[in-house]
Amino acid sequence: MDNVSNIPTPKQKKGNTFRHRLGVFFEDIYKIHLFIVRFFKEAFRPPFEFKELVRQCYEVGVRSFTLISVTGFIVGFIFTKQSRPSLATFGANSWLPSLVSIAIMRALAPLVTALIASGKVGSSIGAELGSMRVTEQIDAMEVSGTNPFKFLVCTRVLATTLTIPILATYTAFIGLLGGYLNVSLNEGISYTAFVQQFFQPLMFLDFTASLIKSVVFGFTIGIVGCYQGYYSNKGTEGVGKAANGAVVTAMFLVFIEEIIIVQITGNFR
Amino acid sequence: MEKAKANIDYNNTVISIRGIEKSFEDYAVLRGIDLDLYQGENLVVLGRSGSGKSVLIKLISGLLKPDKGTIEVLGQDVCCLTDRQLRELRIRIGFSFQNSALYDSMTVRKNLEFPLVRNRTKITRKEIDTAVETVLDAVGLSQTINQMPAELSGGQRKRIGIARTLILNPEIMLYDEPTAGLDPITCIEINALINEVQQRYHTSSIIITHDLTCAKETGDRIAMLIEGQFQRIGTFNEVFDTNDKRIKPFFDYNFIH
Repeated sequence: MDNVSNIPTPKQKKGNTFRHRLGVFFEDIYKIHLFIVRFFKEAFRPPFEFKELVRQCYEVGVRSFTLISVTGFIVGFIFTKQSRPSLATFGANSWLPSLVSIAIMRALAPLVTALIASGKVGSSIGAELGSMRVTEQIDAMEVSGTNPFKFLVCTRVLATTLTIPILATYTAFIGLLGGYLNVSLNEGISYTAFVQQFFQPLMFLDFTASLIKSVVFGFTIGIVGCYQGYYSNKGTEGVGKAANGAVVTAMFLVFIEEIIIVQITGNFR
Repeated sequence: MEKAKANIDYNNTVISIRGIEKSFEDYAVLRGIDLDLYQGENLVVLGRSGSGKSVLIKLISGLLKPDKGTIEVLGQDVCCLTDRQLRELRIRIGFSFQNSALYDSMTVRKNLEFPLVRNRTKITRKEIDTAVETVLDAVGLSQTINQMPAELSGGQRKRIGIARTLILNPEIMLYDEPTAGLDPITCIEINALINEVQQRYHTSSIIITHDLTCAKETGDRIAMLIEGQFQRIGTFNEVFDTNDKRIKPFFDYNFIH
């Protein structure tokens, strides 16, 4: 009996072949492409869902606020602490605020914010829309004359795109506080001097690149979460997969985008 | 409970289905079906689980597209409509889902207001409140107005689901398994509500079910869907006055066991 049940059915065999998996992968890419095109087609066409957009912005902000506050502070504090010995070797302790500022503004603030938002917001969007799909709530919206894509997807993607840059700026500020606390405990530098040295090495490009990154990360987290949830199936198992897929895919894409944006902005320095 | 005589206009077809075919991957669910729903009529579609009953009403409401054939609803071919036209048509069709599909994150009041607020842009707060109270009264659940869907029983959720569709005064009602998973007393209440909706709101309805009591109590006509095709269409007695081995067990199980 065991031997019989172990024999793969034609469908299982089909699902395991490399060729089949490759086909599914490219089909997914094509579907995401259509999903993004649909977003741009519908998001900026009236009627606009302002009320729902504001509610979603609030949800995204509130959901991640505490975690981002704690993480941002710890990142600033720890990064400063870990960098000190290396700089001390060259007697360059006074460069610590400048090093912290470059690291936080150029890379850590947008990246840490995006990773936390992927886990908190992305999974939540994936699970919420997935469960709405499974319980036919999205169909119910559609048959009652409402455009569910506009109401559910456009508002959430816009909310993450708009809110994550704000959260990243906040993370940078909190990271600065963490860094200052560590520096003031060890070097006894004043807050004014720290802030002055913090901003000294930064260029306009650093702020712009950081903002662009956050916008791209926010859009990615929103679109991936919504895509996974909106097309979720297979019942409750599908909801779990949607939440998980939203986190894993968004995090992966965030790192890829980080590399690309760093390469592009590097050419302008 | 005896069904009150319905006011059916047999000269006025509100839904006309011709040669519909629908397959999922290699499995043909519907194989060229024809059906007419007349103004004011309750038509029950009976069939086994997986026979394509729910697919049929999803095709009618435009949630699915047929592979072949035409579906005319209130004079418009559903398959040829733009998204906007389809949304406008859907406002005239009420769809009661098998699991009610109430919005989990909203109270009963918000659930009922949702389709109204989104489709009647110039409506006042007072008119919204009146409409919500009227439909809640129609389904006999006025006391649940501030409750969340999770706090309601299966029967109550079903009623609220029906109330949500009634708030837009639909001309056609589509019920997907209205009595599935409910106790016999609640089933009787839901059947009575379906008949009341027909009388009070003058709707034409398609009721998808495999519950013969529901079919008998609510249906003016019964359509038996077997192997992707309607094998028999007629009154309850006409459909079950047969020795067809695919139909008879339905009757025997429901009324003998």
